Amino acid sequence: MKKLQLVYGMITALLCALVFHLEAQIPKAKTGTFALTHATIETVTKGTITDGTVVISHGKITDVGTNVQLPAGADVIDCKGLFIYPGMIDGGTNLGMSEIGSDPRTQDFNEIGDVIPQMSALTAVNPNAVAIPITRVSGITTVLASPQGDLYSGTAALINLHGYTPEQMYAGFQGVTLNFPNTGRRGFWDRRTDEEIKKAADNAMKRMSEVWDRAVQYQKIDSATKGKAGYYPEMQALLPVVKGERPLLIEANAAKDIQSALKWIKEKKIKNVILTGVSEGWRVADEIAKAKIPVITGGVLELPTREYDRYDQAYANAGQMFKAGVKVAIRSGETNNQNYRNLPYHAGFAVAYGMDKTEALKAITIVPAEIFGVADKIGSIETGKVANLFVCDGDPFETKTQIKQVFIDGWQIPLVSRQTQLYDEFLKREPGVSKK
Amino acid sequence: MKNLKLIAACLFLYGVAQAQDKGNLLIKNGTVLTVTKGTLPETDVLVKDGKITQIAKNITAPQGVKTIDAKGLFVMPGIIDAHSHIALDAINEMTSPVTAEVAEADVVNPFQINIYRALGGGVTTIHSLHGSANAIGGQCVVLKLRYGTFDMNAMKMEGVPRTIKFALGENPTRVHGGGSNIVPRTRMGVEFVIRKSFSDAKKYMEEWDAYNKNKLVKGFRGASPVYNLRLETLAEILKGNIIIHCHSYRADEIFMLLKVCKDFGIKKITFQHANEGYKVAPELAAYGAMASVFSDWWAYKFEVYYSTAYNAAILTKNGVVTSINSDDAEMMRHLYHEAGKTQKYGGLSDEEALALITINPAKQLGVESRIGSLEVGKDADIAIFKNHPLSIYGVPQYTIVDGIVRFDRANDPADMRLMVDPKQNLEEATLSEKGVDRCMEGTEFLFTNDKN
Repeated sequence: MKKLQLVYGMITALLCALVFHLEAQIPKAKTGTFALTHATIETVTKGTITDGTVVISHGKITDVGTNVQLPAGADVIDCKGLFIYPGMIDGGTNLGMSEIGSDPRTQDFNEIGDVIPQMSALTAVNPNAVAIPITRVSGITTVLASPQGDLYSGTAALINLHGYTPEQMYAGFQGVTLNFPNTGRRGFWDRRTDEEIKKAADNAMKRMSEVWDRAVQYQKIDSATKGKAGYYPEMQALLPVVKGERPLLIEANAAKDIQSALKWIKEKKIKNVILTGVSEGWRVADEIAKAKIPVITGGVLELPTREYDRYDQAYANAGQMFKAGVKVAIRSGETNNQNYRNLPYHAGFAVAYGMDKTEALKAITIVPAEIFGVADKIGSIETGKVANLFVCDGDPFETKTQIKQVFIDGWQIPLVSRQTQLYDEFLKREPGVSKK
Repeated sequence: MKNLKLIAACLFLYGVAQAQDKGNLLIKNGTVLTVTKGTLPETDVLVKDGKITQIAKNITAPQGVKTIDAKGLFVMPGIIDAHSHIALDAINEMTSPVTAEVAEADVVNPFQINIYRALGGGVTTIHSLHGSANAIGGQCVVLKLRYGTFDMNAMKMEGVPRTIKFALGENPTRVHGGGSNIVPRTRMGVEFVIRKSFSDAKKYMEEWDAYNKNKLVKGFRGASPVYNLRLETLAEILKGNIIIHCHSYRADEIFMLLKVCKDFGIKKITFQHANEGYKVAPELAAYGAMASVFSDWWAYKFEVYYSTAYNAAILTKNGVVTSINSDDAEMMRHLYHEAGKTQKYGGLSDEEALALITINPAKQLGVESRIGSLEVGKDADIAIFKNHPLSIYGVPQYTIVDGIVRFDRANDPADMRLMVDPKQNLEEATLSEKGVDRCMEGTEFLFTNDKN
């Protein structure tokens, strides 16, 4: 009897130790071979597959379909009643480059200078930023980390939201960012006179053009001297843009600014351009469509830009541009709050206010992938692509829907962030009101 | 230009005609989300003189009463935003850490287009607050969105309890300690400023009580104490006649103010923002204090760095009366969507989620007997949605205040301005900004480097 008690005691002690050990462990991502079975698969590019399987092996999607051979030793995850979507892509964030909106010491997206295309976002991405897990557990697997500032503000980089160095996160796209000179007010707090605004915009336009012309000259010298044009970091950063190998991401929002950007692009014969922001794109949608320049617009959840515009104009903008024939990706624009996790809701609002649902889903998956030239790697569920995807229990645009699995680069991501950890700790706090 | 003037004139007449009107209306065959009494399929709601008089099936429209066919639509109580700064001409009287004497009721602006935009999101009542620059700020105002009136007084909800703004943490310490080098510069200082103010008010109240008692005695010759509007207002808080709405983020500062309130016998308090309210949810529940929070805003300043989107769910499940607010002219247009996020973050039921933007904020403003649910006898403040309001595809179709349709998605023109500035640059676009603390509006000049 006594012996039995001793054994029980030992087992209890062992279990306690084990439980304690498990609790203390920080969950890690896992890679290997996975088979997600019996799911409804929204491939985005190849329709919907019901009761299908996705096989993931060492970073890639190796098989998709209804008649799939499960590889031996695969970790089989039953997704009956669940849905598989490609990971969502937010085409305009400062994720990893900012921790706290009001504290400049925690911000690395806004370097000094108006012509600094050599400032590389990839350098300043902190793989351990608190907002990264908070974003990816909502199914956003890839974002553009983008510098902000005056004129040529730096080089943005596409990153996957898992990895311990920027190289591990890099998703294969970089582009130079340009803030097109703004002829409007920056916000309600901008107290400049109309004349001051115009003067500032004219000066900026002049500067922007001069720099571009210099970059074109530099390219000629560079090609004539076979790459020995000397150390001009700004020019070197613009070189691939002049050659058309790397796009220029031009942020323009007011209708007038979009129009002058289109004119400037044409005049300067810039080959590879993406328009970003584009809040008033609907006013000049035909012109954007005619210029065949793709757009990354958003956030959708914004106020109308003018007092006399219809109340829901910002919600309708993306859909109206799409209808006019513009290639439209949607971004969340939730920079100051680091709330990029709301990307599907921005797309959802575009749908509620007129955009086709299939197109809105494309606008946060395959379309940004195409715009960034990485559609062969991400943006849809297809064999051979990078395994960036998520599993959920309903329409991902709906707030009721829960995310059940997230895979990035084939790594199964633990669905844990600081915000879920705080929930676990405080839902039933111990001690409660009384410590006794 | 002539047309513009004509439109303005028409709108003016429309505004005069609509002021403080109460309407009659029959809403037919909607799915009625009462919030307090369940969901009623294919049900009618009858409105008479701005009040709900009947909720039942197959009500016959009284003669001459306008009918809205709500078949396939969802009928819910008008949304209440417990934290807004729209429809005001001034937010922060930031000249002192204590400004209990000023009142937002004096600076209501019925012309702001954001009022109409809020109606477009199903909002019918808002709590427009003083800013958060001061430990004890000004008095706030509860407005019904009777857009169309030119009379600022017609915007105010009649017979509501008074409310006042308090503020803890970074905002008062940065404005006064950082900006002017006076107490408070720390959370210690904030507590002291509030305790000192209540102590002064208590003494003031006792002096007046003594005077009022003594002056009835025959032959009394003393002079009255000096009237002081600031202390008068603070004394009304001590008497329980003004509800405190306190801007707060961190758990420690929330707990601090609970203790101060306990010491001074103050029971009515709602913590605004309360991003770390979840950490002291048992204490809030035990005290009967309430919380009005964001769905998911965080990271815009250090004191919201340890936020969680599960805040509203944790508070609700711990028994704290919780609402979701906007503090933002854009977010207030989709509070139904913000409430929906509590289903992702914490799995609240439809009824719990809808309560966060209807009956719970009504309780926090002390107006739950008037608004916040669809019940006979209550004000006819109603939002009618296509698709369920907690769905991302939910779109408000009609917003009704006191039985008057103030927003009609299908029939309203695009330009709904009440006042047209002839000098305005029509080509100018203004971009909205997410995640900027509207509570600090009017103090930007103190901080050249950032806007928070």
